[in-house]
Amino acid sequence: METHIEIRKLNAYYGDSQALKDINLEIPRQQVTVIMGPSGCGKTTLLKSLNRFLELGEGTRLSGQVLIDGEDIYAPEVDVTEMRKKAGLLAQHPYPLPMSIYDNVAYGLRIHDLCKKGPEMDKRVRHFLEEAGLWEEVKDRLHKPAVGLSIGQQQRLCLARGLAVQPEIILGDEPTSALDPISAQHIEKRLLGLKKEYTIVLVTHILRQAKRLADYVVYMYLGEVVECGAALEVFEHPRQERTRAYLAGQF
Amino acid sequence: MKSRHFAKCHVEEGIFKALMIGSFALLSASLGFILLTIIIKGLPALNLAMLIQTPRGGYYLGKEGGILNAILGSLYLAGGGTLLALLFSLPLALFLKVYTNHSHWSDMVRLALDVLWGIPSIVYGAFGFTIMLALNMRASLLAGIIVLALLELPIMARAVDEIIRMTPFDLEQASLALGATRLETAVHVVMRQMLPGIVTAILLAFGRGIGDAASVLFTAGYTDRIPTSLMRPAASLPLAVFFQLSTPFPEVQRRAYASALILTVIVLAISLGSRWISGRLSRYVVK
Repeated sequence: METHIEIRKLNAYYGDSQALKDINLEIPRQQVTVIMGPSGCGKTTLLKSLNRFLELGEGTRLSGQVLIDGEDIYAPEVDVTEMRKKAGLLAQHPYPLPMSIYDNVAYGLRIHDLCKKGPEMDKRVRHFLEEAGLWEEVKDRLHKPAVGLSIGQQQRLCLARGLAVQPEIILGDEPTSALDPISAQHIEKRLLGLKKEYTIVLVTHILRQAKRLADYVVYMYLGEVVECGAALEVFEHPRQERTRAYLAGQF
Repeated sequence: MKSRHFAKCHVEEGIFKALMIGSFALLSASLGFILLTIIIKGLPALNLAMLIQTPRGGYYLGKEGGILNAILGSLYLAGGGTLLALLFSLPLALFLKVYTNHSHWSDMVRLALDVLWGIPSIVYGAFGFTIMLALNMRASLLAGIIVLALLELPIMARAVDEIIRMTPFDLEQASLALGATRLETAVHVVMRQMLPGIVTAILLAFGRGIGDAASVLFTAGYTDRIPTSLMRPAASLPLAVFFQLSTPFPEVQRRAYASALILTVIVLAISLGSRWISGRLSRYVVK
């Protein structure tokens, strides 16, 4: 199993409070890694340290290293836009861009100059909408506003939009928590299909979802990694008392 | 016990509903009354000559001819003032958001803008006039535009400020997550999200600018010529109404209502136009 993302001695602070404590972690390539834990345990903070989103907030500090393909993304010479292009984010609540369905997908292609206008762009847009499982539902209204879609469709559009910039990693911050069960199932199915090509890191507090999707599990509590390992192992034979308690539904 | 509680709720509901309907009725009645007055009194005096000619007939304002001088003057004054105010208020609002968001300093700026919003326009006029005296300038289109821009600036800046504050940060994040730069995000995403609101802000400011008489009274002056130079005086519709109404001649007074009707129609047309634009733009806006 090859390591794609390596986190070394990562500490994160919001003002005076420490959100991440000395995290050391290896995230395998082309697998689904699920970060779980009770709310406030730092799982979203950890996820947002992987695409340098933490620094967008005020008063956040960070120390340590995050290596993607062996390169530290916090090194001063790193181009943050280039780095973020590598790691797409699926947010908790889908936010389509204020433009048409087509333009939402084409946006990333345009800003990174990935393909020319015209038939080539049309083909690419179609391809990514298909990959996100949305094409059949929107093919007749590609130039209508994206906000007209249902929230489940919007999340799949956000997935297509993220895939369009050809990332290597998909980060999901509880991407199904705002969705109805059927839409959530759609997204889960897509993510399972996508792990052949992408490294997927998913934050969730839904235990059953973690069990359905995870190849590899990270259990966090109060800013620390309590336990991590292959999904089967952690779910069947947790080594730590706190993991056992969480899995048993005690908190 | 329970039924008494419900009865109380119904009475409350009834009172507040009546209050709302009452204020709606009051408001639409006064609007209707104003419109009816200017239509009934102004329409008979309105003719094509009023729209396409300058004043004629010996009097300063004329029993004959038209008020093209004031129509064009008003459009130039309010258009120029709105453009100038936009040039300053957009960066100001962006500065408030990007660099001083929530700080003590930005609260002070917002307070100052709110105070400026409430200052009567005659004060802006007098302020402009004082400066013009100091600079030894005479009344001109340019001076009128500058004073109108000052008058409109707080309205526009606060309106744009509110629109920016309503733009969800998650939307910016969505764009940044794709590897877009801050500039690309600002131009392609944030501006697009804000555009309908900005159109509304422009309309608000333009509406105040074109309807204001006091601020242009000393600064733009009045003339019966069509404005051709920024350095020469310019007429305006509100002042035309004012001067026509204060003459002792009934036929000129009737023309005042016709001028008011023209001003109202211009404002109405611009409102409808910008609403249409803003409606088309807001189809894409993320809520």
